[in-house]
Amino acid sequence: MAKLSLSDLRSIREREEKNLKKRDIHGRTVHVVVAMGTSGINAGAKLTLNTIADEVEKKGLDNVIITQTGSAYPNPEPVVEVFSPKQGLVIYGNVDKETAVRIVNEHLAEGRILEDKKIELKEEE
Amino acid sequence: MGFKNYILVCGGTGCESSRSDQIYHSLIDEAQAQGVSDQVQVIKTGCFGFCEQGPIVKILPEDSFYVQVKPEDAKELIAEHVIKGREVTRLLYNKAPRKAYEEVEDIKFYQKQLRIVLRNCGSIDPENIDEYIAADGYKALEKVLFEMKPDDVIEELKTAGLRGRGGAGFPTWMKWNFTKQAEGDEKYVVCNADEGDPGAYMDRSTLEGDPHSVLEAMTICGHTIGAHHGYIYIRAEYPLAIHRLEVAMKQAREYGLLGKDILGSGFDYDIEIRLGAGAFVCGEETALLQSIEGHRGMPQPRPPFPAVKVLWGKPTVINNVETWANVAQIINKGGAWFASIGTADSHGTKVFALTGKICNSGLVEVPMGTTLREIVYDIGGGIAHGKRFKAVQTGGPSGGVITEENLDTPIDFGGLQKIGSMMGSGGMIVMDEDDCIVDVAKFYLNFTVDESCGKCAPCRIGGKSLCNILEKITQGKGEESDIQQIQQIAHAMRIGSLCALGQTAPNPVLSSLRYFPEEYQAHIHDKKCPSGKCKKLISYEINPSKCIGCTACSRKCPVGAISGEVKKPHRINGNVCIKCGVCKETCKFGAIEIH
Repeated sequence: MAKLSLSDLRSIREREEKNLKKRDIHGRTVHVVVAMGTSGINAGAKLTLNTIADEVEKKGLDNVIITQTGSAYPNPEPVVEVFSPKQGLVIYGNVDKETAVRIVNEHLAEGRILEDKKIELKEEE
Repeated sequence: MGFKNYILVCGGTGCESSRSDQIYHSLIDEAQAQGVSDQVQVIKTGCFGFCEQGPIVKILPEDSFYVQVKPEDAKELIAEHVIKGREVTRLLYNKAPRKAYEEVEDIKFYQKQLRIVLRNCGSIDPENIDEYIAADGYKALEKVLFEMKPDDVIEELKTAGLRGRGGAGFPTWMKWNFTKQAEGDEKYVVCNADEGDPGAYMDRSTLEGDPHSVLEAMTICGHTIGAHHGYIYIRAEYPLAIHRLEVAMKQAREYGLLGKDILGSGFDYDIEIRLGAGAFVCGEETALLQSIEGHRGMPQPRPPFPAVKVLWGKPTVINNVETWANVAQIINKGGAWFASIGTADSHGTKVFALTGKICNSGLVEVPMGTTLREIVYDIGGGIAHGKRFKAVQTGGPSGGVITEENLDTPIDFGGLQKIGSMMGSGGMIVMDEDDCIVDVAKFYLNFTVDESCGKCAPCRIGGKSLCNILEKITQGKGEESDIQQIQQIAHAMRIGSLCALGQTAPNPVLSSLRYFPEEYQAHIHDKKCPSGKCKKLISYEINPSKCIGCTACSRKCPVGAISGEVKKPHRINGNVCIKCGVCKETCKFGAIEIH
């Protein structure tokens, strides 16, 4: 008796492919950067980061890279940058858990910028 | 919750020897200690190839390429990079952080490379079969077991034009076809992992970084030719590669990808490892097969060729590791795809172990037809310490030197042969102006003399005689007639030896004689070694106008050959000097000269 059938092998591949793909950074065009300096973390950036990561995973968005950066941003923290080739750089302020979910669902998934949360910031030094 | 960062730690032998295993464990411990073990996955991969800069740690998704990492750096990497999201600049290869959404900047070392054989090395965990499966692993086996006929497989290899990567470049499809057509119910598949060229480690790295690619290919071959048993012949000096192979085979058996009734196809196949004691001659296929059977590793006359009748008297396919590693890709992507890469004469890619006096030594895989200049200067970063390029030795002890004038020759099987060298298994040793060509030839010859099995007189006696002549020349006792004698002995060895070891042993001498006749003449006529390597032909002297009498050299000299008063020029007593060169290394004023 075969230990693994053809369909078993294929389902392992399907399952594991998803995990391996998360490491593949080629072809990922949308970058989300969460400011995680001391003041950012104090303002709740850790929750923001985790929420974004979870939601992106839930939605299965495989073109997104989530990274962190240090502080260097003034208020209103937590601050999140979203960069996409089409829409360029958009910066959001006061990103709480609820906003984080919206960023993923509206901006990342559907390409709609959250105008009410958008802020203008000078480039970091 | 998903992982936010993936840390890839190189687990090749090179990086492991610089404590990469400790780095791996420190990273896991630190992630735990700093409370982020649920956010970061640490993976030990195969060789990244950029061995010069090892140990290498790569963190995704930022694609931060950290080099020369130490176990002590783990704490900082976790605290700074993973937790705070700040790259640890001092450990980055290019020492400059970049904004997250900037294009991933390619490192020059990787730009001209194309990775087919090494496709999974440095990206998957070689000890986890699931990762190999995820990277399209065992897909080719599926195809071969359920969709293709054995003849289709051979046809695909024929279209691909895959040639043996062990050195001789024999078409792989022909080997498989001979064995398939050979009569007999029992046949064998053998993987030659007895890599022995000085400085070559392509096969080791492939097995360490992607062992399943070889297992899958051997199983495909077994099904194609009708064999149920495979052997991997590997030298015991490769403990890490053996370990990874054993883990891979165990996992494949658990999944039933080796063993009885593979994937329910009714096909039975299993693989066994045979350890060699590390004799160079066992890389020769007939000697290797003798060794598998438990005999002394000595070459046998051919015919019969292995394809028809060899292992246990049965038809056998024997391919080299790198050849095997190409097979699954060819089945997956098609022979035409493979044939589109490389030159008309040689398709696909070739892995080279670039070593010697080069800035970026490491493992490189390039399409056939890439020029040596591109490998040495673009990928290798040129000659180390600003010295002048002298030559490259390809093909190891069976190959020859390639000089400046041939640097633009496209590298393929035919191209290298035309300029008096050979592809060999892929060792590439770069020499600079400080290397004496006679000394290098002597080194290779000493190697083949040591490794000769002693069966045939031309190799056993010829090799030793050649060595003696070269020794004489480097001692300043060379005579005009020596050159002619070298050529005569070389000719006899070439036609009289049974196997390639003896036939090709004189190549390094002949090829250096062809490209550097003036250097041999300098040794023989003028009793001089132009690069200052041959100790009997040089003397160390102190240039009194540069020496300030600091006494540094005389304090370092192990035999007390240097004398002089403080703040006055010193002298070297030539009768006492052992020419170790320590004084030259010590002197800060360049006052010590070689004559």
